[in-house]
Amino acid sequence: MSMFDGFRFRRVYSPIHQLDPRVKFLYVCIIFTIAVLFNQLLPLLVLFIVQIPFVVVARVQKEWIRSMRGSALFAAFIFVTNWLSFYFYGGYESLQWLFERSLAMTLRFIVLIESFSIFFLTTSPDHLGLALEQSGIPYEFCFAFTTAIRFVPVLAEEAQTIMDAQKSRGLELEKGNFINRIRNYVPILIPLIVSSIRRSLELAEAMESRAWGAITKRTNLYVLEMKRGDYYLIITSVGMLVFAIYIWLYVPIPFLTKILSF
Amino acid sequence: MAIIEARNLTYTYPIGSKPAFEDVTLNIEKGEFVILTGPSGCGKTSLCRCFNGLIPHFYGGRLEGEIEVAGMRVTDRQIHELAQHVGLVFQSPENQLFALSVEKDVAFGLENLAVPREEIRKRVDWALQTTGIWDLRERAPYELSGGQQQRVAIASILAMHPEVIVLDEPTSFLDPLGAQKIFGAINELNEKIGITIILVEHRLDLASRYADRIIIMNKGRIVLDGEPRKIFDSEEARLMGIGIPKATRLLQIFRDYGVNLTEVPITSEEAALMIKEALTHDRG
Amino acid sequence: MIEVKDVYYAYPNGVQAVKGVSVAVNDGEFIALMGQNGAGKTTLVKHLNGLLKPSQGQVLIDGVSTKDASVATLARKVGLVFQNPDHQFFCETVEKEVSFALKNFGFDEGSTKKRVDWALNLLDLTQYSEVSPFMLSGGERKRVALASILAWDPKIVILDEPTIGQDHAQKEKLLQFIVQLNAQGKTVIIVTHDIEFVAECKPRIILMADGRIVADGETSKILTDPELVNQASLVLPEVARIFASLADLGLPRDVVDIYEASKILLERAEKTR
Repeated sequence: MSMFDGFRFRRVYSPIHQLDPRVKFLYVCIIFTIAVLFNQLLPLLVLFIVQIPFVVVARVQKEWIRSMRGSALFAAFIFVTNWLSFYFYGGYESLQWLFERSLAMTLRFIVLIESFSIFFLTTSPDHLGLALEQSGIPYEFCFAFTTAIRFVPVLAEEAQTIMDAQKSRGLELEKGNFINRIRNYVPILIPLIVSSIRRSLELAEAMESRAWGAITKRTNLYVLEMKRGDYYLIITSVGMLVFAIYIWLYVPIPFLTKILSF
Repeated sequence: MAIIEARNLTYTYPIGSKPAFEDVTLNIEKGEFVILTGPSGCGKTSLCRCFNGLIPHFYGGRLEGEIEVAGMRVTDRQIHELAQHVGLVFQSPENQLFALSVEKDVAFGLENLAVPREEIRKRVDWALQTTGIWDLRERAPYELSGGQQQRVAIASILAMHPEVIVLDEPTSFLDPLGAQKIFGAINELNEKIGITIILVEHRLDLASRYADRIIIMNKGRIVLDGEPRKIFDSEEARLMGIGIPKATRLLQIFRDYGVNLTEVPITSEEAALMIKEALTHDRG
Repeated sequence: MIEVKDVYYAYPNGVQAVKGVSVAVNDGEFIALMGQNGAGKTTLVKHLNGLLKPSQGQVLIDGVSTKDASVATLARKVGLVFQNPDHQFFCETVEKEVSFALKNFGFDEGSTKKRVDWALNLLDLTQYSEVSPFMLSGGERKRVALASILAWDPKIVILDEPTIGQDHAQKEKLLQFIVQLNAQGKTVIIVTHDIEFVAECKPRIILMADGRIVADGETSKILTDPELVNQASLVLPEVARIFASLADLGLPRDVVDIYEASKILLERAEKTR
């Protein structure tokens, strides 16, 4: 149950998947800003709940839940550290304050995971690379980015094969003390690195053979165009930001526990 | 004028003491289907890389002699200029596909050349249809079989409309059926579109039926160059340990026993036909 | 003795790679495991030295279940030579590379040196013993990989796609070498789709398709059956293709070897004279 499961792109046709990555990134930045703006539990809880409709519309509930579960351990760690640090280093006003504050900090972390998770689950690396290109980032970097992603499954498989090959020669990765265990990984790392270097050479040959570097201003098979849905998201996000700033400036935030005890 | 002209070509790698190949002189005409073969280390892979300029521009080293491709002197032009006329398909299917979808990969070369979008779209669609992978256009390269990946590589080169396509042992990692399919696809490009093909291969029994010409290299030199039937039947080919098709070997065994076949067979169908002739003829 | 008993295996991502495979291999047999890429050959073979443990069923090596032994223990008996030598090289010299496994298995220095010298000599690599394996040619690297497995003299040797990237002459040498290994009493299993190679050495063939064994028997019977061959994404060996077209002359269909073929044909030619 890895936290990372919630970040791997899933190819599904949903309205969120079709949105321009740049707009989605703006959304993520705004969520981030709002999350940092507030220290209190109530607004962060609202922020958490507000994103759930996005998860449902994007049809990525399963993966999202997995990422939430995966980050539970780390979230608990944040809760405990905050509790202890407020308790011992001051700012401690009352038990209610302590509880809500620590929970708020935990929730801030979760809200960020949530929004980044939605972003990566609904944005194909291809789309992302395209967005980077059209945002003015030099093509070399975008290409390095998408190529790296393209080869992640290949590298993972190769690492497994190398491990198998060395285990078949008697290498026992789990044996020995800490230092020995690290040394045991040398027969894994070196072939992996050498293989990657060889691969890079072959890739470079192939790139050259397809006229890499012919013209600096490349054209593109696909172009990202902003559609209606993108504008809706922009308006919604900016609206949320404005609303949040207003609340932050003018409205005092009550304790959640106080509201619930009514 | 030949599409590839080489005269006394000799090349040594930067960290090499011996030349990879020397004194290579050959002319390849437009529309030919040439198979280039020879034992490991004979220089055929290096020679291939001369055709699109990887040698000398990418590898450095010392290139002596002359080589012209589609009327351009290789030493005077950049790789990206030559790549528009000579495409190169490599041995490893995986390491020549960079994009996250088949379509984007096929478009890669055209994007590099700043071809306008509508034209890219047209050529990509055409290349995908011609190589029979239209249905795979939105798949990721990792999901494809080796044979499918090689087709994507061929389509990516095809989209650039080169006059020549060079393929360096493209079927090494493929199973026999996959290899057969690739050879068929390559032959179609040669017959239907007229693209000049230079195929480096060891699997002569499967590939030689398509070739107009076989060039055999050994220890850096061209030792045999001509029609497949003549080459396979020659003494030199036998001594060099080339994988001569068994069809031809049967002919040679027959001849040693005094049974003559009318022609030199290079495919199993031809061999069967001629053997039938010889066996039923003798009855007469 | 290798016994595979009703083995099922599914990868963590859910793909069922092996679906109910049962087979027995006696000591000293020579086997070719053939089939399309993705048929389950490599998956099955990884069960033989314990790299993979079956989800269902069991694999017994000399009566010991692979579930009860570590890979390191099983590897003493079962040597697996992987397809790509670059996936195992990490030492500065060929000599160190070949001695790696011996050190892991606890051989002392004296025995290690003897065995390394023996293995290098066997594969014609003695002159490269102080050379870096990365500097060698493709064919030489394959030999170093082979030497590094043979060094500890496993009684079962499995070669995964040994002929890929080799030219005709190299394959001839490899063929003779493998036949010799088998003649010395080793159980040899090659995973391959090189039909001409198999047609020449004629091992027992185990044909796999879609995770199951679809045929198990003699080369001449299996590789000449067009249906089986198609199912496994192979083609008929050249000689068999020729004989298939000559079927109406009453010639036998199960010929794969060129010398046998020429004998039969020349006899027929004599008869019709």
